[in-house]
Formats: sequence, C-alpha cells, structure tokens
Amino acid sequence: MTTSMPLLEIQNLHSSVGDREILKGISLSIAPGEVHAIMGPNGSGKSTLAQVLAGRELYRVTAGQVLYDGKDLLALSPEDRAREGIFLAFQYPVEIPGISNMYFLKAALNTIRKHRGLDELDAMDFLALVREKMKLMAIDQELLNRPVNAGFSGGEKKRNEIFQMAVLEPRLAILDETDSGLDIDALRAVADGVNALRDPARSMIVVTHYQRLLNYIVPDFVHVLSHGRIVKSGGKELALELESSGYAGLGIEEAEEVAPV
Amino acid sequence: MTATAEQTGHWLDAFSRLPAADPWLKLLRERAFARFAAVGFPTTHDEEWRFTNVSRIARSAFPVIPADLQAVWPDPVRPLASAEAEAHLARYAAFDANAFTALNTALLTGATLLAVPAGAVVYQPIELSRAAQPGTSAHPRTLIVVGADAHCTIVETYHGTGAYFTNAVTEIVAGDRSVVDHYKLQQESPEAFHVSSLQAQLGQSASFSTHNISLGGALTRNDIGAVLAQGSDATLNGLYIASGSQHVDNHTVIDHALPHATSRELYKGILDGHASAVFNGRILVRKDAQKTDSRQTNKNLVLSEDAVIDTKPELQIHADDVRCTHGATIGQLDAEALFYLQSRAIGKRQARSLLTYAFAQDVVDRIKVRSLRDSLERILFGKFHEHAE
Repeated sequence: MTTSMPLLEIQNLHSSVGDREILKGISLSIAPGEVHAIMGPNGSGKSTLAQVLAGRELYRVTAGQVLYDGKDLLALSPEDRAREGIFLAFQYPVEIPGISNMYFLKAALNTIRKHRGLDELDAMDFLALVREKMKLMAIDQELLNRPVNAGFSGGEKKRNEIFQMAVLEPRLAILDETDSGLDIDALRAVADGVNALRDPARSMIVVTHYQRLLNYIVPDFVHVLSHGRIVKSGGKELALELESSGYAGLGIEEAEEVAPV
Repeated sequence: MTATAEQTGHWLDAFSRLPAADPWLKLLRERAFARFAAVGFPTTHDEEWRFTNVSRIARSAFPVIPADLQAVWPDPVRPLASAEAEAHLARYAAFDANAFTALNTALLTGATLLAVPAGAVVYQPIELSRAAQPGTSAHPRTLIVVGADAHCTIVETYHGTGAYFTNAVTEIVAGDRSVVDHYKLQQESPEAFHVSSLQAQLGQSASFSTHNISLGGALTRNDIGAVLAQGSDATLNGLYIASGSQHVDNHTVIDHALPHATSRELYKGILDGHASAVFNGRILVRKDAQKTDSRQTNKNLVLSEDAVIDTKPELQIHADDVRCTHGATIGQLDAEALFYLQSRAIGKRQARSLLTYAFAQDVVDRIKVRSLRDSLERILFGKFHEHAE
C-alpha cells in the first residue's frame, strides 16, 4: 500500500439516471502514479463511473463523495475538473463539424495553462508542441486540420483522444473503453501512446470490458464491477483470472447495457 | 378615411413628388402605384404572409429618402443605357404578385442599373452598400444584366441606424453560360424594417448563386426567386440569426422552367430569445423540366424555449423524370458535444458559442469572397459570444 496522499478518493458513491440507480456505493482510492483497471460486464456501471468523475450532468450523484487532491470534486463543473487536471478519453468521441481540431485543442490547452498560471501558447509554440506529440502518438497531421472527430474512423477517434491527453497532460486520466472497436494494431498503437504518458505524477483509470487491453497497459490494481458495486479487487493477475474463467467464473452475470443518452 | 386609404395617402404623397423620368419609366411607376393602391400592404390573411405581420410597417409614415449608396463597379462593368434598362426593369420582379415590389417600383428613382459585358471575367466584386437614415423609408432598386459567358460577383450590404424602413428590390439577369455569385449581407439596425426581393433570371447553362445573410432588423422579409433555363444551375444559400423579438421570414421560389437544370438550397437559422422565423421554400418543376435535380435543406438551431420557427417546403412537381429532395430540421445544441467541449476545459459559455458558430460554419464556408467571409466570421464570433449565457 502506498502511504502518500491519494489523488482520488471515492467514498460510497451512488449515482442514478432518472430513477434508476446505477452506482450503488463505490469506494476507491488512487495514489499518484497508479494505474487502476475497472473491469466489468455490460451494464455493471463502469462507464457511468467514468462519466460521473468527468462531471456529466445526466448522472445524478445521490450519495457519497469524491475527493480529488483533497478537494470536493463533485462541486466542480466539468470544465473546472478538466482545468484541475482530469481527462476523460471518451468511449464514443463526439463529432463536431465546424470546429477544427487544432482550434479546439489550442483553446483547451490555453484554458488549462491559464488556470495553472502559465502563459498561453501562441500559434507557433502550439504547433511545435503538437508536432512533438503527434510523433509520439503516430497521428497524421491531416487529422488535425479536419473538424473535431468528423469523419474519423473508430481507431482514429480513439487515437485522437489519447493525442489530446498527450497535449493536455492531465493528472488523472480516465480511459473509457478505449479498446472497444479497435483491431490489434490500432490497440497496440493506442496502448503505446498511453504507456508513453505513464508518469509517477499521473494516475490513470482504465475502464474495460476485456482483459486484452491490459496486456498492453499493465495496471497496478484491478477492480471488478458488478451491478454498481466493486465485487473484487486485486493486482494485475486478477485480470488474467477473469480472462480464463470469465465473469461467470466470479458468479457475475451480464446486465443490460444502459445506453448513454 | 379607411386605414388603407390613409396608408396610400402617405405613399401617394411621395409618389407625386418623384422627379421626372423617361415616359416608359413614368408609365411603369404609374402602373405599379395603381397596383399598390389597389391591394395595399398584405395581411396575415394572405397565405404568403401568414406568419409575418407587417402592420407596423403599414402604420409607419416615414418620409421617402434614398439610402446613402456606396457603389463600386470595377471595369468593364458599366451603367445600363435607358433602352437596355427598359428591356429588363420590372420584368423579373413582378409587382402584381407582391405589394412591396409594387411600392418599390412605384417609387423607382435613382436605381442602380449595371451591365456586365458579354465574356467579361470580373474578379473584383460589384459592391453596393446602402446605409439608411433614421426615420426614413428607402426603396433601393438594382438591376444587373450579366452578358453571355461573363463572370461576376455582386455584394449587397444593408445597414443603418435608428428606426427606418428599407424596401429593396434587386433583379439579376444571368446570360447564357454566365457565372454569377450574389451575396447579401443584411445588418440593419435593431429597430429597422427590412423587406427585400431578389429575382434572378438564368440563361441557358448559366450558373447562379445567392447567399442571403440576415442578421439585423426588427422585422425582415426576403423573397428570393430564381427562374432556371435549360442546363442551368442555381444555388440559394441563407443564414438567419435572430434574437430578442426579431422576426425574419425567408420565402424562396425556385422555378425549374426547362429541363436539365440543377438547384441546391441550404438555409440555416439560429434563433434565441423570443425571436421568430419563417422559412418557406417552394420548388416548382414545370411539365417540360425533365431531368431536374433539386435539393433543399433547412436547418434550425433553437437556443431558447421561446423562439419559434415555421418551416415549410413546398414542392410542386409537374414533370415525371426528376430528382427532388427536401429536408427540414429543428434542434437544440447537442448536449453530448457540449459536454465533450467542457470535459476539455472549455467553459460552458464558450462551448455554447463555439457550437453555435460551428452550426453556421458550412454556410459561411460557402462564401467565396474572402473579405466578406472574414468579416462575417468576426461578426458571428462576437454575436454568439454575447448570446451564449
């Protein structure tokens, strides 16, 4: 166990959509630099947890609290959470025709820099930074000149999420099913990008249905979610155990997925 | 006196004080005035004006004073001779079908009458910028006759201060195989009434586009019509942005009179506050107009609960071998996109203004005149930023 102060402390978190309770008491503590995998079948609430942490209003928090760097995270707007260093890599990145990727990312970065008391980057410095990160993520410049995610393939969208993460340098990255819909080459590329961003000062929550991603992004801890609760926690070997026995081996059945609205 | 007679009296006054003109023009004015006097301003009982109440205009008694015109026409564009003007003026903007056009024609003086010679390729736009005086009514008239194989761009802008009434009519003749791009930027004052009619007559294989940007005015009504000849194509794009209690009404008519013509229409509206808007897009495909290819789209972004949009496509198809599609949407800002931007540290207000801007972007992108596009981008950016509360 780590003795340093946790970056994220989730205590008995309950959350509902409408009158349906999805998270039924989640508690989790994440220290700086740790990578935690959240696994679970469809409908277990793992994507809901990711969205609640990022501040999606659709999900109402009905009980519990979340401390981020010792402060009440749930009191912050989504944009303030991002400014404080939280980053959600979306499962389904939104297409926004009419806003260029570059413009969007520059606005995001400069807002965060301003919040951190740093000078805003001008166009030249921003371009230099982007070029460096592009190389790291093996992303095509052409994608950046297009509107945000518009016409991107599934793999390009996921890679763009990790590229944004590389540029924005969050303290807590939440990867929501970043592996879904990727073939093995795309998965490797995305995982390489994520691994390049592992840092003693950066924590990650990796939400996934399958163990496959965790071959490439090796977690420090694995938690298994079922029906809105963590039913089992362990080290990276827990993922392998799940791989061989399946969720059924842990006595977990798949529930119907609650589609994000 | 009845209300109509009172209204007519005001305009009769202006009509009778018009300067002298050539006999043909005098006759034209008289016929138009007779028409206006007979029908008066339309009411909401008139199907074409169901959603647009012009009683405020009818009650206004602003003296008729021409708007200040700043006109630029590059070589070899030249003024039309009187005989040329006679052959075209009021042939396309029919005053028997529209009381405002009748009034404009009745008060016709100091019109801008231009010819683009056949074969001329004019890169620099013809610019007509009109500034209305407060407390006046202006009835600007424009006729541009573009010769065969000529290329030209026309930019009309309207602005002013205080309360006034602008009633503009523009006729464009696009000769055979000509390429004509027309832009109208309406930035009237918040108290202004703006009524306009643009009528384009296309020659064989002509290519005509118009981009109709409505930003200002308390009440705006635009009637836009294009008559297509064989093998011609027409593009009618529009962007209307209204907030507060602004009302903006766009009526378009695309007349596929002959075969093998193409039309594309994209109108987008952004409505906030108590604003109201009307889009009525008529596509007429006549019996002979086989192989017509026509596509119409009207998209509306509604930012408040109190804003209202009435959108109506009107397809009248009398030929059987045609391709005509139309679609209309009314929506709000996408909550998913809003959250996506917020999750990237962009404040809610800025995110809303960015998404609103993005909605308008594809109409803005279609503007080929760089300076106009740049200034519109700046205007929109400022506008949406103050809207996004």
